[in-house]
Amino acid sequence: MNSANWLTSLGVLPLLGAVLISVLPKANDLLVKRVALATTLVVAGTAIAMATQFQRDNVNFQFVETHSWIPSLGINYAVGVDGIALVLILLSVLLAPIVVLAGWNEAVGGRWSVKTFYVLMLVLETMMIGVFASTDVFLFYVFFEAMLVPVYFLIGGYGTGARSAAAVKFLIYSLFGGLLMLASIIALYVLSGEQGGHTFDINALAHLHMSSMTQNVLFIGFFIAFAIKAPVWPFHTWLPDAAEAATPGTSVLLLGVLDKVGTFGMIRYCLTLFPHATKTFTPVILVLAVISIIYGAFLAIGQTDFKRLIAFTSISHFGFIMMGIFAMTSQGHSGATLYMFNHGFSTAALFLVAGWMSSRRGSSRIADFGGLQRVTPVMAWVFFFAGMSSLALPGLSSFVSEFLVLVGTYTRYPVAAVIGAFGIVLAALYILIPVQRALHGPVTEGNEHLLDLNLREKVAIAPVIAVILFLGFYPSPLLRVINPAAAHSIAQAGYSDPLPSIDKAGK
Amino acid sequence: MTSNLLVYLIALPLFGSAILMLAGRRSDKWGHLFATALSASSFGVGLYLFSQMLSRSGGNRAVTQNLFSWISVGTFQVNAGLMLDQLSICFVLLITGVGTLIHIYSIAYMSHDLDRRRFFSYLNFFIAAMLLLVLGDSYLNLYVGWEGVGLASYLLIGFWNQKPTYATAAKKAFVANRVGDLGLSLAIMISFATLGTVSFAGVKAHAGQASTASLTAIGIMLLVAATGKSAQFPLQAWLGDAMAGPTPVSALIHAATMVTAGVYLIVRSNFIFDAAPTAQLLVAIIGAITLLFGAVIGMAKDDIKKALAASTMSQIGYMILGAGLGPVGYAFAIMHLLTHGFFKAGMFLGAGSVMHGMDDEVNMRRYGGLRKFMPITFATFGLGYLAIIGVPPFAGFYSKDKIIEVAFNMGGIKGVTLGGAAMLGAAITAFYMTRVVVMTFAGNKRWDEKAHPHESPAMMWIPMVLLAVGSVASGFIFTHGNSLVNWLAPVVAPNPEHHSEMLKPAVVSIMALVAVLIGIGIAIMKYLRKDVPVVAPENVSIFTKIARRDLLQDDFNEAVFMRPGQKLTQGLVVADKALIDGAVRGVARMTVGTGSTLRNTQTGFVRSYAMWILLGAIGLIAAIWVVTL
Amino acid sequence: MNPANYLYVAALLFTIGAIGVVVRRNAIVVFMCIELMLNAANLAFVTFARINGNLDGQVMAFFTMVVAACEVVVGLAIIVTIYRSRRSASVDDASLLKR
Repeated sequence: MNSANWLTSLGVLPLLGAVLISVLPKANDLLVKRVALATTLVVAGTAIAMATQFQRDNVNFQFVETHSWIPSLGINYAVGVDGIALVLILLSVLLAPIVVLAGWNEAVGGRWSVKTFYVLMLVLETMMIGVFASTDVFLFYVFFEAMLVPVYFLIGGYGTGARSAAAVKFLIYSLFGGLLMLASIIALYVLSGEQGGHTFDINALAHLHMSSMTQNVLFIGFFIAFAIKAPVWPFHTWLPDAAEAATPGTSVLLLGVLDKVGTFGMIRYCLTLFPHATKTFTPVILVLAVISIIYGAFLAIGQTDFKRLIAFTSISHFGFIMMGIFAMTSQGHSGATLYMFNHGFSTAALFLVAGWMSSRRGSSRIADFGGLQRVTPVMAWVFFFAGMSSLALPGLSSFVSEFLVLVGTYTRYPVAAVIGAFGIVLAALYILIPVQRALHGPVTEGNEHLLDLNLREKVAIAPVIAVILFLGFYPSPLLRVINPAAAHSIAQAGYSDPLPSIDKAGK
Repeated sequence: MTSNLLVYLIALPLFGSAILMLAGRRSDKWGHLFATALSASSFGVGLYLFSQMLSRSGGNRAVTQNLFSWISVGTFQVNAGLMLDQLSICFVLLITGVGTLIHIYSIAYMSHDLDRRRFFSYLNFFIAAMLLLVLGDSYLNLYVGWEGVGLASYLLIGFWNQKPTYATAAKKAFVANRVGDLGLSLAIMISFATLGTVSFAGVKAHAGQASTASLTAIGIMLLVAATGKSAQFPLQAWLGDAMAGPTPVSALIHAATMVTAGVYLIVRSNFIFDAAPTAQLLVAIIGAITLLFGAVIGMAKDDIKKALAASTMSQIGYMILGAGLGPVGYAFAIMHLLTHGFFKAGMFLGAGSVMHGMDDEVNMRRYGGLRKFMPITFATFGLGYLAIIGVPPFAGFYSKDKIIEVAFNMGGIKGVTLGGAAMLGAAITAFYMTRVVVMTFAGNKRWDEKAHPHESPAMMWIPMVLLAVGSVASGFIFTHGNSLVNWLAPVVAPNPEHHSEMLKPAVVSIMALVAVLIGIGIAIMKYLRKDVPVVAPENVSIFTKIARRDLLQDDFNEAVFMRPGQKLTQGLVVADKALIDGAVRGVARMTVGTGSTLRNTQTGFVRSYAMWILLGAIGLIAAIWVVTL
Repeated sequence: MNPANYLYVAALLFTIGAIGVVVRRNAIVVFMCIELMLNAANLAFVTFARINGNLDGQVMAFFTMVVAACEVVVGLAIIVTIYRSRRSASVDDASLLKR
């Protein structure tokens, strides 16, 4: 394979799978699922092969590809990845087969056929790869918005409960953010036209001259879109509804990958394009981040439904990620990126188990469970493990990232870090309370005959657990990829790490 | 010096835990033996390393092992590195030694439990985590072990979590510990921001350059961490409930090892506290408060395990007090920690043995006269008792008297207050421990006819006997020729200029003995001379009532944190629905509302449409006319 | 004769037609009023052709007549269908578009 078209191949593979599935006979669900699983596995394999070719110390975009798309508007099909984007693409393609395998039967009983479900899934995978790989702002926007379509149908067509309402809320909320971003993108385009030629190329746009007022306004357009996507307090209310209604697999992709587009966008677009506005808004954003951490945690404690609870824990975690990004230290930045990866896996574990629990019990209300540790020990252990990962127990991957974020934030913004650190205590509560109610205590009525995990489910969850454990003890493989990119983006925004105060005193 | 053996100390029990977890029910038959063997082999490695250490001279006894680079981002560099020095080896031997004895004890104690394998898996996990705690060469590595033991403690307290109160106790312990962990993580953050490093060696090297304010902040945060893990005031409330766990757990984790981790942390950070006198004084004050707090609770408890737990809290108070007294106190804090490890673990195992023979009855008012039925338990418990109240020549006499003496010798108001508190604590300790022994082993029998008290099997009493030997001899060994003080000198660097003695050692010893005798005397008057009622009397003073309620610690936490927290959570849940989501839904409803208002113009009457078209056309023409005019 | 007078007549006819459409209920009458408006427009077209001295307006008038013829076909068909189903030729009765 030509090294120049790795990313395009990666993006096209799921589409090919989708096409193949769409010509399969409708009645043969099993074949459809197998093809979907095989496709996602091939994509994951390809991505890993690509990652081995990645040059860790090169801070420029790699695997770059540029083709003219709409020349009259200066729009290119331009893709390329740096360390941060590579990690997120890996996250997406690794989670996809796990989601397919774990949710083997979740398409049954939807509004449309099983076939449609997997076509949507695979199209979504292409979009996810595309959104992280684009280096053309317009192309990014196209993926950013087009991604909503498969998710809308996945939630609205295959979810449970108030699925249509949740899907519409998700769609309109996201479209609203996208609209603001579109306005900013058009403004960038116009500005670039005034300064030597229309373009959407991110590298070129980064060198635009803008007045601080323009920067601030355009920054807000991008930021709100990403804040809704992430989601950040107070733009978060679509997430619990969507997560509650969607199938567990969709929720994993929604919380694990799609929401990362928001935080990824903050790093890639807000910081790179508007360094001065970033500086101006950092205090406000840190306040929002800290509120998200604490607020998300409190709300999680107060939830009575597993899926909503997990959604709120994610809001808390996204607060940490945002804090790390806007702390503007290499620890904060690397920590935030690593956090995105780790959160994907830890949420996947939580959501998949919660999904298995609720599909067995026919309810996702915490109060309906009790004493599962006696009845379904393996499932209970996996849930406990996922919970520990969510509360960032040292030795599991999320600890490394959470601690990096806190340490990185403390060196520049101690107050934010100290308040954020209280999330550590609240995390213990929002995990242990449901653990106690659902897993401990006497076996309550209706739970006596629940079945433990079967082989397929064990196979699906095992790699997630393995990744969480491995990266907890040895995060270097990822950190080595992330560090140069993170340091580069800090430097681009005009920051450098604060010195330890003893060295400052010495100088 | 480096050694590549250190990792095996941790890896062996960790491996055991993992195997038992993964093998599941298949390992029911041999799991307990396997776990015990791995714990024992870790002890063997520890002994070997100790012997090697002895063969080297004082300056280069410490060994390190660097495994790999754990977290490396910018200047934040943390290696997965281990360090075994004179301080950690004390802990390694205590943890693996006492740990192995308790493994052996548990084989018999837990033999009827269906989940014995799981229990042993947790125990092995605990040993591994605790070893990591004392072997880590940086604060962050310590933190991993620190939370690891917290998790082990949570799992073991909640081992019988089908009982809701036990599950709650486990959760309470974890959350209280997490508050402490918050302190530790803040300490690490401050240390990195101030000194640019989090390794012990690095912090020690740079501590001199930092401002006192930063060091005080680090010190106070470390103290917060210590109060959480070591059940010190004000985070002490979880320890009593932690007795929900099986008794061997109480002996190992909640008496001998894990709860003393706070003392380890403070002694390990001596270079910070020595440079931050305010923080150091605070440590001593917290220690003094807790030693009295625990002692007072201990006087009122009828549950044998809770009485012992209160005593543990109080004894750790002594250790923290010792550690807060600065360079002269560190070694004695560690000495008390080690001797306490022996006698308290021994007494807990004794309590377990009593419960084993009494159908898991824990209320001492339903014991009485058990010494005839359980002679070995009585003997070993009695030796532990003599050690804890500080009767010479038992272990506690050496370690506790030293702390009292050093406290008095701080001089001034500080010395009198701290020393006085410690002295008072000694008297109360004597009282409540005598009460425990008398109510359990002496007096009339007060148990049901159904109970058949009997001595425990050899598998249980052999560990008890070995620990009793430790309770008798360890104090003498540690003080003989100042052996422990000299041994620890390279780590904690005692202050050689310290000579100002307010009271002579002999005077302190005599005063302490008098205090102890008073305590014993009162207890004998109250509980041996009079019959002990089977039901706790209700018409007691308000002070007794408060002491029975653990000095209102739970009431305080509930009123100040839990209930407002619950209210806040409920309020936020409602507010989120009503305000934030309400705003979102409000926008949606407004859009719909505007639409339906405008829909009213769509009457369906052709003539009205025609009218609108006509008016529109006229308006348009008028507009054009106006514009072109 | 002043061609402007033809325009006045056209405007008058158009106004009568427009008022008729808005005021009358009977579908046939409404329909005839529409025809009246179309023819008023035709008259105006022809007059403008005369004034400007070219044939464009007359060509337009033919277009209008063709459209009017088509409209009559479709319109009458609709009116007859509605009358058959609802037994009424009143336009107010046929307010089905409302829901």
